[in-house]
Amino acid sequence: MYFVKRLIALPPLLLLISLLAFMLVRVAPGGPFDRERKPATPEIERALRAKYHLDESVWKQYLRYLGGLVQGDLGPSLKQRNHSVNDIIAQALPVSATLGLASFCFAVGVGVPLGFYTAVRRGHWTEMIGTFYTLLAVCVPALVVGPLLVIVFAVKLGWFPVALWTSPLHMVLPVITLGFYFSGKIARLMREGMLNVLPAEFMVTARAKGLSDFKAWWRHGFRLAILPVVSYAGPMLADLLTGSFVVEALFQIPGIGSFIVNSALNRDYPLITGLVLLYAFLLIVLNLIVDALYAWLDPRVRYE
Amino acid sequence: MPYTHGSIRVCVMSKPAEHQSPGARAWSRFRANRPAYACLWVLVILLGVILLLPFISSQSPTRLTDSLSQGPSSSHWFGTDTLGRDLLSRVVYGSRISLLVGMVGAGVSLVIGVLWGAIAGYLGGKWDNVMMRVVDVLYSLPSIVFVIVLITTLEGMAKEFLTKTISPDAAGLVRMLFLFVGLGAVSWLTMARIVRGEVLALRSRSFVEASRLLGAGHARILFHHILPNIAGVVVVYLMLTIPAVILYESFLSYLGLGIQPPQASLGSLIAEGASQINPIRIYWWMVLFPASLLVVLLLALNFIGDGLRDALDPRGSREG
Repeated sequence: MYFVKRLIALPPLLLLISLLAFMLVRVAPGGPFDRERKPATPEIERALRAKYHLDESVWKQYLRYLGGLVQGDLGPSLKQRNHSVNDIIAQALPVSATLGLASFCFAVGVGVPLGFYTAVRRGHWTEMIGTFYTLLAVCVPALVVGPLLVIVFAVKLGWFPVALWTSPLHMVLPVITLGFYFSGKIARLMREGMLNVLPAEFMVTARAKGLSDFKAWWRHGFRLAILPVVSYAGPMLADLLTGSFVVEALFQIPGIGSFIVNSALNRDYPLITGLVLLYAFLLIVLNLIVDALYAWLDPRVRYE
Repeated sequence: MPYTHGSIRVCVMSKPAEHQSPGARAWSRFRANRPAYACLWVLVILLGVILLLPFISSQSPTRLTDSLSQGPSSSHWFGTDTLGRDLLSRVVYGSRISLLVGMVGAGVSLVIGVLWGAIAGYLGGKWDNVMMRVVDVLYSLPSIVFVIVLITTLEGMAKEFLTKTISPDAAGLVRMLFLFVGLGAVSWLTMARIVRGEVLALRSRSFVEASRLLGAGHARILFHHILPNIAGVVVVYLMLTIPAVILYESFLSYLGLGIQPPQASLGSLIAEGASQINPIRIYWWMVLFPASLLVVLLLALNFIGDGLRDALDPRGSREG
């Protein structure tokens, strides 16, 4: 019931967000045709505005937009005039999603075992290495990781290509660059979760009934300890799937991230609104999944 | 967090040798945390160098020389950039700007976040609901869109003023002001949530009731009784916001929306260096030096923030 209610609340929420995004960019000064290659004459600009219905009142434009939205049409791009927003998303989203999912796997694959290990081996010298990696990952931005990886592994050693997005080999450096920060963040959350679970009474019970250390950690501790990671993973995946401007710019990858930034800079109204809606939709749905996972992992959680 | 941990908190009621104020107790706890204390010293030394070097060094961060893109040498310790400017003095100058941006941006987020969260938590009920829904909706917008629109809007509105009325230097300062506003405007959301939760818990405590019975007004209760009680939590989160804002500014600089040349921040220096990478030649010093300084700065600030959290809020959540 709880989740049905949340699903019913989804469309109104998206409506609100679409209204906000729609108005936000239209209230801002500057228009989509300001940065044309040749300065548009007033007649041309008037014709363009009329073609895209920008001369109508804002409310009428919004209703028109909603009309399209209901049919799954996000409208035309005002900057790439031969593409619709649907086209752009259809082209860029698979790229960003592939990169994002791979980075997600990297971040979880490194972060969870590392956090688990540094928590159960507290005080061991290897913990220091793990903790250092974690801190470094959280403090070194992609802006730094990317160029350093390129300099060392692409230019000096020549193991990987410098840029572009054509073969699996091209994915390695961007995935590490994008996932590095999140792997540190996840390792941190996993470690805290595990440290909180280890002294719990049910863990003592599990040991007392004769389970080995590892079995107790794995069967009884892990599913509770991973909860903070799960709740962080929802927003994180939404971020990763919609691309990263820095990584896309560094490696010349045609993803969503650069469209988000450029559409906001160019005042490409329908494109920004569409991409904001895409992000919000992903975020809300992923948070819903996170809440469902929560109830499944922790039997004490009940929603009503 | 919808579950409670099964750990038992044992309070040992030993008689303290001498009375310590809460501040002194927090300070001694902080000092006992060796990495955090060491990082405090690192930060102090770094600040000393950043603030004092311009007075000692003969190099200027903006003077052009003939030695373009030279590697580190005895006359230019960090090398020079593509226009022949001394990189060491540019990095020092950039760190000052980055730190300034971090502190002011975090300050802006502090003011907005604390006011918003405190008012929502204090009013409660319908208002709390509406105000926190606003935060939820803002959370679900990509923050970068919001920042870009905000900064370009402010710049668009002030364009006339910036180009005609005032000098380029002053215009640079005004732009930096816009940057502070933009950064603060996207980083207050979490602060508002934290403060709202704390205020909500304090609101029904008996000392607040007592104060209300004694005839104190809402403003007095909020500012004299509730806010001082959440100062610890707020300071901790503020300390962790500074590195986050510095990081965000470096990202904006990369987009060309942050600090504008000839001014520089660590982020804009790294972006400049990164744009020079190509397979034929690498000016590694242009990336490595600003990047190392940024990382050291962020590491120190994060360590100090974590240390402060453990010192000021020993019961608090250790996540983050």
